Amino acid sequence: MANWVKVHPLVVRITHWINVLAVLMMVASGWRIYNAAPLFESFTFPDELTLGGWLAGALQWHFAAMWLLAVNGLVYVVYGIASGHFRSRLLPISPRAVLHDVAQALRGKLTHEDLSVYNAAQRAAYLALVILFVVLILSGLAIWKPVQLQELAALMGGYEGARLLHFFAMALVVLIVIVHVVMVALVPRTFPTMITGRLRRSP
Amino acid sequence: MKEARLSKKHAGVESVERRLFLKQSLSIGALSLLAGCEITSDERVQQVLEGMSQWNDRVQGWLFDPKKLAPEYPESMITRPFPFNGYYPESQVRVIDETDYKLELGGMIKERKPWRLPELYALPQVSQVTRLICVEGWSAIGKWSGVRLSEFLQRVGANLSAGYVGFNCGDDYYSSIDMATALHPQTILVFRYADQILPPRYGFPMRLRMPTKLGFKNPKHIKEIFVANDNPGGYWEDKGYNWFSGN
Repeated sequence: MANWVKVHPLVVRITHWINVLAVLMMVASGWRIYNAAPLFESFTFPDELTLGGWLAGALQWHFAAMWLLAVNGLVYVVYGIASGHFRSRLLPISPRAVLHDVAQALRGKLTHEDLSVYNAAQRAAYLALVILFVVLILSGLAIWKPVQLQELAALMGGYEGARLLHFFAMALVVLIVIVHVVMVALVPRTFPTMITGRLRRSP
Repeated sequence: MKEARLSKKHAGVESVERRLFLKQSLSIGALSLLAGCEITSDERVQQVLEGMSQWNDRVQGWLFDPKKLAPEYPESMITRPFPFNGYYPESQVRVIDETDYKLELGGMIKERKPWRLPELYALPQVSQVTRLICVEGWSAIGKWSGVRLSEFLQRVGANLSAGYVGFNCGDDYYSSIDMATALHPQTILVFRYADQILPPRYGFPMRLRMPTKLGFKNPKHIKEIFVANDNPGGYWEDKGYNWFSGN
């Protein structure tokens, strides 16, 4: 008899994969929009990595996928708070534990036996992602509606400030996602658990 | 001994597994992104995207507060030189002859007699120093003076409960806006830029300026204004840019 351990709740798995799709669409179309008027003149994204074909197409994708990202994110956050998922999986977290676990990971010594318990480095990364998505949505709203939501835009230094914030929050998300995918590649047994939600207990 | 060899073999299998996984995930990512430009031209995808754009028009209509004013800036913050922008390069700017110029009126407007420039200049003038935001992302602050569109529409007896105000231009550009935005106090028909008669590059003799919409919704060289209940669309709007494009 196989002995299965539950690792990821269903809501987390569904919202995770919808989020993958939404983020891919948002980032790839966002890069095309960035290229139309680069914030940093010497830096543009390769067109082959972008979505939409031209500026109008990229804007259509960006402003369609934003609904998917926002609604899916809302479901995840409401579930995370109401079910206690955030409290039990992402907390407690201390700077010392994060530094310790990141150092261990860099030395290749971070153990990850029980996949249902996130280590401090994971907790920090996942919490940072939640916060970054809130920043991305708020700065995105300020860019979209700098007059109707001018109070929000003013908090970010106005329209141009919101553009910078939106860009750097995107860059951090992409960085964390790259590290996340590399970690999954290094510990491949974590991959199927994000689909099935369970893991065969080691004997 | 045997165990050590086994685990070595196992490690080998695992590293192959890792490499395969990396390769697969990279190629899936590349594929989905490469497909991006093809995906957009697919008819069903295009229908969904256009449907979402129309939904966003409605959402922006609800979000629009007719009393909310765009921020104004001190003249010291004006962007110099103010950038030229259009669907053609600056070398092809249309030069409109002011002696021939007539503003035509059409659609749901009572008094449709054409207007000459001196008559337009005689209307009550207001000024604003506001930020123009381009759909491309850049923005620039400029000073614009002219008559409120709401004032003009009232004077000519336009039906203010109609849905849309449309504009046809001397450079073959055209665009349209919702009536709520047309009646906003910062929506003006501009005759002057930085206290000087509007130069051709900024839309001589008359352009629309409203800080509540993106730059391409501010047509230049306007030669006809009309009021309608059917959405007249626009040059860029008909090519896929969001119609409402409110700020």
